Amino acid sequence: MSVAFVIIAGLTAASAVAAMALRNLVHCALSLVVMFAGLAALYLQLGAEFVGFVQVIVYIGAVAILIVFAILLTRGMEQPAPARITTATPWAVSIAVATFVVMAGAAVKSRKFEKPSVAPAVQASPDTSKQGASAISVKSMGVRLMGDYVVPLQVLGLLLTAAMIGAVLIAMPERKGDGGGGEEVDRG
Amino acid sequence: MTALDQLPITLKHWMLGLSFWPGWLQPILSALLSIGPIILVFALLFGLVTVIERKALGRIQNRRGPNRVGIPWTKIRLAGFGQFVADGIKTLTKEDVVPRAADKVVHFLAPIALIVPVMLAFAVLPFGRNMVALDLQETGLVFFFAVGAATELSVFMAGWSSCNKYSLLGAMRAIAQMISYELPLILSTLTVVMLAGSLSLVSIVQQQASTLALGIHAWNVLTPWGLAGFLLFMVAAAAESNRTPFDLPEAESELVAGYFTEYSGFKFALFFLGEYFGLFAICGLGITLFLGGWTAPFAFLNVVPSWIWFFGKLAVLLGFFIWMRGTIPRLRADQLMNLAWKFLLPMTLVNMVVAAIWHFAGQAGWPGVIRWLFCAALILGPYWMLGRGLETKVGKRVYRYAS
Repeated sequence: MSVAFVIIAGLTAASAVAAMALRNLVHCALSLVVMFAGLAALYLQLGAEFVGFVQVIVYIGAVAILIVFAILLTRGMEQPAPARITTATPWAVSIAVATFVVMAGAAVKSRKFEKPSVAPAVQASPDTSKQGASAISVKSMGVRLMGDYVVPLQVLGLLLTAAMIGAVLIAMPERKGDGGGGEEVDRG
Repeated sequence: MTALDQLPITLKHWMLGLSFWPGWLQPILSALLSIGPIILVFALLFGLVTVIERKALGRIQNRRGPNRVGIPWTKIRLAGFGQFVADGIKTLTKEDVVPRAADKVVHFLAPIALIVPVMLAFAVLPFGRNMVALDLQETGLVFFFAVGAATELSVFMAGWSSCNKYSLLGAMRAIAQMISYELPLILSTLTVVMLAGSLSLVSIVQQQASTLALGIHAWNVLTPWGLAGFLLFMVAAAAESNRTPFDLPEAESELVAGYFTEYSGFKFALFFLGEYFGLFAICGLGITLFLGGWTAPFAFLNVVPSWIWFFGKLAVLLGFFIWMRGTIPRLRADQLMNLAWKFLLPMTLVNMVVAAIWHFAGQAGWPGVIRWLFCAALILGPYWMLGRGLETKVGKRVYRYAS
């Protein structure tokens, strides 16, 4: 464990805790952004440049903005609620701990099976197999996405398109006198 | 002439080679000698551009602009080019007013969150032959857009933390605009990446240094997809850096100053600086991707040092932006969104297909002129059809909320 890892991991964990613990929703969103940046820094430290920068573009550039917009457009201006402990708190804590134990266990176990799990992916394109997992280039990533993983990519694209059309339909204002019938006008 | 061309590199190596540096200091010193000149040169350029912009706007509006400040206690006026030093001293010594209702921590952090990513963007731009602070072979362009995306949140931080309706409105406008125009910006650069087969800005420039007929360098802007991509890129770049006609986020007639209304003193200067640095960076990217970076237009002009070409092209683009600011009125909010989603985005997608056709037509051995005209026609057709959709339809006005 290097010093850089300790600093980045500490900052990431601390901002994740802050994102849950702070009372002001916008402050929570901003600490979540710090956590995203910390994750990106961890990817960079592991030598995954592309994933690290894409993490910044997608999560800080898009997801964080979406969260912030959602807060502002719904209830961001409300006074923050005071902290309180409810009956749900012990349940929430125990579920969180259980999830962490399961995930940590899986991560610890997977280290022993690191090589077999990498091998099937490498077989598909033998020219990159010699360089090992750390030297996967952006080009080979793109070739894989357009080759081996093209079906999952297309399915994801279809899913997102469907979600977007649904969102547009929900947001669309109902027009008056558009042949839609009188009862719909009253709701609008 | 290679001595003059490589002068900054030689200077750096000479300073590193001085015998009195201890060994552990060398890497830090090397990094500092790469970063320092970038910040110094662009800070000076920022100062000069602020004066030139005000003088040029003055000329366009038939007045004089700043022409008084020169060297103090002498009669030398420098045609007003001492103005930026006076402005710097003024902002440094002004009182820093923070509204009582403001969120103090976020209000303080917002200018820092803006200026740091903007300065990082200069790290991957090649300013001349062998002159790049950080050559990311795999991800140079992705790095540039990643730091660009990080600035959007600082705009929100500034607008929200000020607790002022003008600030918040400006921030909402700015973020909506930046997100909408980021798509065409990134997609218009993808054509270059497709044809160059690399995300490294250094190798993209090196590919444009090859020569076509008559010693003309193969700049990307000389191809139909490159020309269309460059124009789309510049429109999106103007919107990303909040320049006229896309200056809705800080429309001074409507919103005082937009998201930085409640900033004063040096924090205001940092926003100002960040905006201009963003403009320089995005112009530098446009030069690198489409205008051949540091290469000369003709092979016989290679005797002029490469960094002069880069900064000359930068000066031309900045002059163009100043000219636009003086002549074009501001867009309306719905026109802004229509332009991004109904025109620029489809055009960039068409442009990507045309770039692919250009590539395969070249492999199939089409003669150059026919290939050029065919691809240009493929771009002009959709341009004409999409442009018709943007025309304002004059009909009976409907007042949805007032009737």
